Amino acid sequence: MADHAHVASTHDDHDHKPHGWRRYVYATNHKDIGTMYLVFAGIMFFIGGTMALVIRAELFQPGLQFVDPQLFNEMTTMHALMMIFGAVMPAWTGLANWMIPMQVGAPDMALPRLNNFSFWILPFAFTLLLATLFVPGGGPAGGWTLYPPLVLQGGAGFPMTIFAIHLAGASSILGAINVIVTILNMRAPSMTLLRMPLFVWSWLITAYLLIAVMPVLAGAVTMLLTDHFFGTTFFTASGGGDPVMFQHIFWFFGHPEVYILILPAFGIVSEIIPAFSRKPIFGYETMVYAIASIAFLSFIVWAHHMFTVGMPLAGQLFFMLSTMLIAVPTGVKVFNWTATMWKGSLTFEPPMLFALAFLFLFTIGGFSGLMLAIVPADFQYHDTYFVVAHFHYVLVPGAIFGIMAGVYYWLPKWTGNMYDMALAKWHFWLSAIFVNVLFFPQHFLGLAGMPRRIPDYAVQFADWNMVSSIGAFGFGLSQLLFPYLIVKCVRGGERATSKVWEGAHGLEWELPSPAPYHSWTEAPNEAVIAKGAAH
Amino acid sequence: MIRKMMVSLAALAAFAALLASPAYAESGWHLLNMPPGVSELSKKIYSLHMLIFYVCVAIGVVVFGVMIYSIFAFRKSKGSIPDVTMVHDTRVEVLWTIVPVIILVAMAVPAAKTLVAIEDMRNTELTIKVTGFQWGWNYDYIDNGVSFFSRLDRQSDAARQLSSGIDPHSVPNYLLNVDHPLVVPAGKKIRLLLTANDVIHSWWVPAFGMKKDAIPGFVNEMWFKIDTDKLGVYRGQCVELCGRDHGFMPIVVDVRTQEDFDAWVKEQAAQSKPQQAAKPIEQAPATAQASNASAAAG
Repeated sequence: MADHAHVASTHDDHDHKPHGWRRYVYATNHKDIGTMYLVFAGIMFFIGGTMALVIRAELFQPGLQFVDPQLFNEMTTMHALMMIFGAVMPAWTGLANWMIPMQVGAPDMALPRLNNFSFWILPFAFTLLLATLFVPGGGPAGGWTLYPPLVLQGGAGFPMTIFAIHLAGASSILGAINVIVTILNMRAPSMTLLRMPLFVWSWLITAYLLIAVMPVLAGAVTMLLTDHFFGTTFFTASGGGDPVMFQHIFWFFGHPEVYILILPAFGIVSEIIPAFSRKPIFGYETMVYAIASIAFLSFIVWAHHMFTVGMPLAGQLFFMLSTMLIAVPTGVKVFNWTATMWKGSLTFEPPMLFALAFLFLFTIGGFSGLMLAIVPADFQYHDTYFVVAHFHYVLVPGAIFGIMAGVYYWLPKWTGNMYDMALAKWHFWLSAIFVNVLFFPQHFLGLAGMPRRIPDYAVQFADWNMVSSIGAFGFGLSQLLFPYLIVKCVRGGERATSKVWEGAHGLEWELPSPAPYHSWTEAPNEAVIAKGAAH
Repeated sequence: MIRKMMVSLAALAAFAALLASPAYAESGWHLLNMPPGVSELSKKIYSLHMLIFYVCVAIGVVVFGVMIYSIFAFRKSKGSIPDVTMVHDTRVEVLWTIVPVIILVAMAVPAAKTLVAIEDMRNTELTIKVTGFQWGWNYDYIDNGVSFFSRLDRQSDAARQLSSGIDPHSVPNYLLNVDHPLVVPAGKKIRLLLTANDVIHSWWVPAFGMKKDAIPGFVNEMWFKIDTDKLGVYRGQCVELCGRDHGFMPIVVDVRTQEDFDAWVKEQAAQSKPQQAAKPIEQAPATAQASNASAAAG
């Protein structure tokens, strides 16, 4: 664990904060818990990333060179589970923990002990999940979507995976409850809802999505468990069940889930672009309504993941139209971010670089998503690399770049030190270039007819697969700069001011850098809030 | 200056030569887009795909254009002063909400029309039952009494083994070849009834434009009708993760004229008949004495 000695404030001499391992195992401070979530997410990101490199190494050339097809399927399944549940969701929760109390003028999260429990579930959950790779039958290999009957062919790894998902889901639900209660109950008196930073808004809405859909996932995976071990036939035709019902239940969770993965990025980008354009966000209220509309619409589009299952025409038409509709509020957000830049005064520090790359590349992912919404065309795209390209564009230069932008934005506030800007810019440029080398050719592969989740392919797909694999190794290795930079910053660097960035607005920038261990022990008054007001 | 131009021209010429070479023609570099396919439906799907692609490109050019322009024109280093009053513009915001809705409706109409045509299962002329299993396909011509299994061909199967040492490029149609292809007539509306034996599979030939899942315990339908001038062999794969050998259960469809197809059906049916007649003889008595006695009697 990095040295946090200088994070402690001189004001808490009377505070009997534990030291050493007890500080973290018994942590109730939102800053410590936020740090733990982020470190955990970082470790999971590298493990999941290594699995991706195993995949791309095998796909570098036609023929099987490295792994048995079964192990390859375990890698694709585990890569997704690790990245979604182990890296992105905990990273967002870490950023929420660090920033929400500071941004709303609260001394901590509403439920600090629950907060501790929410975090500590995760190392257990993921130890269990990773352990599946070493039990008879190996890890889950039916895709992260866990479709029956295939998933029920798993060995000992299957119930372990289900339990790990239950644990991670519980962690998310409890974390979401904490976020909602904190935001609704602990804001400084003058901070009305429509004066909150957009990152806080994005997390408020994300938290409601989490509470709505994580229980649905829990239900779906429990039904898998009972079908396998207790003689139920939810998903078996011979018992009156239907494998497609699983898909409906799973994707009713799954679609809001992907918005859970991206909405906090929208919030972060909505703070970074105004800061580095030195101009307020264009259309603050519209941005709030857009996030709320996207969240609402996310509940009525789920079957667009299932257009080929044999759905009635009316169902296909409904889901096509509702899916196309989501493009409207999303487009509005992209236009508003662009309008914020227009007639601004732009500088390009690392947070802004990542936010701009997000804007460009997430929009490309949005375009391929719109193409996928068109059902007749989807019959050609479904289950091909075109889908893989789409969701990696929205998740990697989307969610992951959003997380990195947030870390580069707030790291000086957390540590009190500026980081090595030149190295951060190297990290950015290498990531931005390689992420495109990695994922853009996958559009071509999908359109040319390459299915997904295959360890080997026909020779006409070899050339673009080679390019994609080179991009993967370039991207993966470039990420080593990120933890290196962070550790270097924690250890020391140029002193950071309170404001850190010239154009930054928000209550967190009214606190010293590093922020005191206990911040806002008294609620900030109207004068301070108005000073820090974003708009 | 002239030297630089000459070097650029030479590089351009070399690149053009590369594109024209047979090596490039055989490579996968030019496989950038979906094929238009060999049926009226696949071509409709291809047009829809291109339409929505061009709409996205147009929107992208405008939006990215404004972004890139802003990055250059409104930099602080160029002395740009921010216009902090610019936080609303109701007119523009209404416009960029309504215009996308109009564009979406314009795309939804042809999409819905094509979808209705895809789901129209009336007046099919031939029905084939397709069963996916781990890991191959079974084709059953229920109208003609012909049924067989279709699995990855032996050469591909040998080459794909881990560290086989066999170069995939030396295997014809590596991973896209089977022992018994599906044979169908061109110009007829063919209905596939899809199901599965064990887990969910999915049947797809990119040139035909349609895919449908094969779900155990359920029967799905899809149809295709290949243009009569598009005879030939078309290849596809299973497209729903179905276990270890999901990537190794390809589909090959041999599209023939109606006459050739009828001849083939007759031949297949004839091949299966002797097996049925053979059964009583195979139930012959076990002992040599008994078989001598029956041979003498017969």
